[in-house]
Amino acid sequence: MNPAELQHDSDDLQVLRWRADFPILETQVHGKELVYLDNAATTQKPLAVIEAVSGYYRHYNANVHRGIHALSQRATDAFEAARAKVQRLINAASPDEIIFVRGTTDAINLVAQSYGRSRIKAGDEIILSQMEHHSNIVPWQLLCQQTGASLRIIPVDDSGELQMEAFYALLNERTRLVAVAHVSNTLGTINPVRRIIEYAHAHNVPVLLDGAQAIAHLPVDVQALDCDFYAFSGHKLYGPTGVGVLYGKAALLDAMPPYQGGGNMIRTVSFEGTTYNTLPYKFEAGTPNIAGVIGLGAAVDYVTGIGFDALAMHEQALLAYATPLLADIPGLRIIGRAREKTGILSFVLEGAHPHDIGTILDTQGVAIRTGHHCTMPLMARFGVAATARASFALYNTRQEADALVAAIYKVKEMFER
Amino acid sequence: MIDLRELYQETIFDHYRKPRNYGRLDGANRRAEGYNPLCGDKVVLYLRVENGVILDVRFEGSGCAIATASASLLTENIKGRSEEEALQLMDGFIGMVTGVATTGELGKLEVLAGVREFPQRVKCATLAWHTMKAALKNADEPVTTE
Ligand SMILES: Cc1ncc(COP(=O)(O)O)c(C=O)c1O
Repeated sequence: MNPAELQHDSDDLQVLRWRADFPILETQVHGKELVYLDNAATTQKPLAVIEAVSGYYRHYNANVHRGIHALSQRATDAFEAARAKVQRLINAASPDEIIFVRGTTDAINLVAQSYGRSRIKAGDEIILSQMEHHSNIVPWQLLCQQTGASLRIIPVDDSGELQMEAFYALLNERTRLVAVAHVSNTLGTINPVRRIIEYAHAHNVPVLLDGAQAIAHLPVDVQALDCDFYAFSGHKLYGPTGVGVLYGKAALLDAMPPYQGGGNMIRTVSFEGTTYNTLPYKFEAGTPNIAGVIGLGAAVDYVTGIGFDALAMHEQALLAYATPLLADIPGLRIIGRAREKTGILSFVLEGAHPHDIGTILDTQGVAIRTGHHCTMPLMARFGVAATARASFALYNTRQEADALVAAIYKVKEMFER
Repeated sequence: MIDLRELYQETIFDHYRKPRNYGRLDGANRRAEGYNPLCGDKVVLYLRVENGVILDVRFEGSGCAIATASASLLTENIKGRSEEEALQLMDGFIGMVTGVATTGELGKLEVLAGVREFPQRVKCATLAWHTMKAALKNADEPVTTE
């Protein structure tokens, strides 16, 4: 056996062990084994997460930060322990910099409305990129409508990489914020965020990173990156839906006005005036998604237990295996050929619309996403209305990549009759 | 087991590859646009209606096989009909693809009956019909499937 095969074998064994952690992977759809390749939309959940959520409801369901009884204390401890886990995951300087929100979308809206409305004025500019998800576009458009600021857009080249020269030229004395994806959900491109941050900071411009597609696939160190804000969703990190994180540098968060008002975010309330709680509670109005936060804590434990080195190596190997297989299919065009990518393969097929591809793959048990992936400006950039997108997670195998390819040949067979 | 051939019948591929009545219609007096935001399918429908009768119809747009074939079949099936008949046909068609009505009176449109086994594709099949209704009302705003 040659060394490459040996490596494949040990990788296969490891993945089989990981797969056993995800009960849903035994599901059959349309009489076929599920091949779940829609991980950029949401990942599946390991048993540890499912049990953390149900364990909270079974054994210590209570509100947090307000009861003196035993269950409330247990719930509060688990909730705050999850905050500390997230802090360690992204290497934030303090747990106070970890704000629990509903997801990436909520986190970006928080920054737009709190930071943005207090700091951004008519005539100011915000830099985004052409590959942003709608949730990193529309909150800024709303802010622009409210303030009279305007957007500047970093273009994407044919391979799916940001045109950095254009970015340097766009940044000027009117720029107040740069908000870009760490990883593109449609192309898989890993953006050169370090360079973006260094350049922006050299001009005193803060940077928000949309980490929705990075957090489960790359090690993220917010202090090493020196980003000012980092947003991600729990459900793309093997955790529950309805919970996510906004990281912000304490100095920035401290100076920001509250986003929503309500319980928990206050210190004292009177009709003459209200004083606000300290970080992070100032930004956590109302009863939070307690079960979701606890589940997210379990998800963080799960991925850190595996380790980003191991999971990234596996996903990169899978991408390297699947890319030429897809590229060799006659009439198939991969959209997104950046040099640095996560395991996302967007493609179009001559003669077959992505929607039809999605239906036919589904009947073969292969779950992918089709459509514009909430990136309509990027679709326009590539001159397509939609793409088909397969996206890998740590539990996907080379056999599943083969099943994807076989299912695409089935589409061709039907459409080329 | 779901049978793909129920959905993708030969007639559907035929209309997808060679859509009938494709292109702009000179002399149209009704027009509407339909859009399916889920998949980006777009259809523009042109009608020439006189004395309550659809004298001519053409369509443009880009879409999946189901949406395109449905639009193409629509044009073939409403030409020469009264507005009222066209709307009745629409009701029958929507009933068929959503599975609430039994088939039997829809003629060639019945090749799309397989859609009822694929609920995610109903919007593809009905897009052109919703657009026809908007055009008959001469509504100016684009219709969407949402
Ligand atoms: C790059 C990117 N940003 C933002 C989002 C929005 O995340 P959520 O819907 O969890 O708020 C997503 C997920 O779809 C995404 O992929």
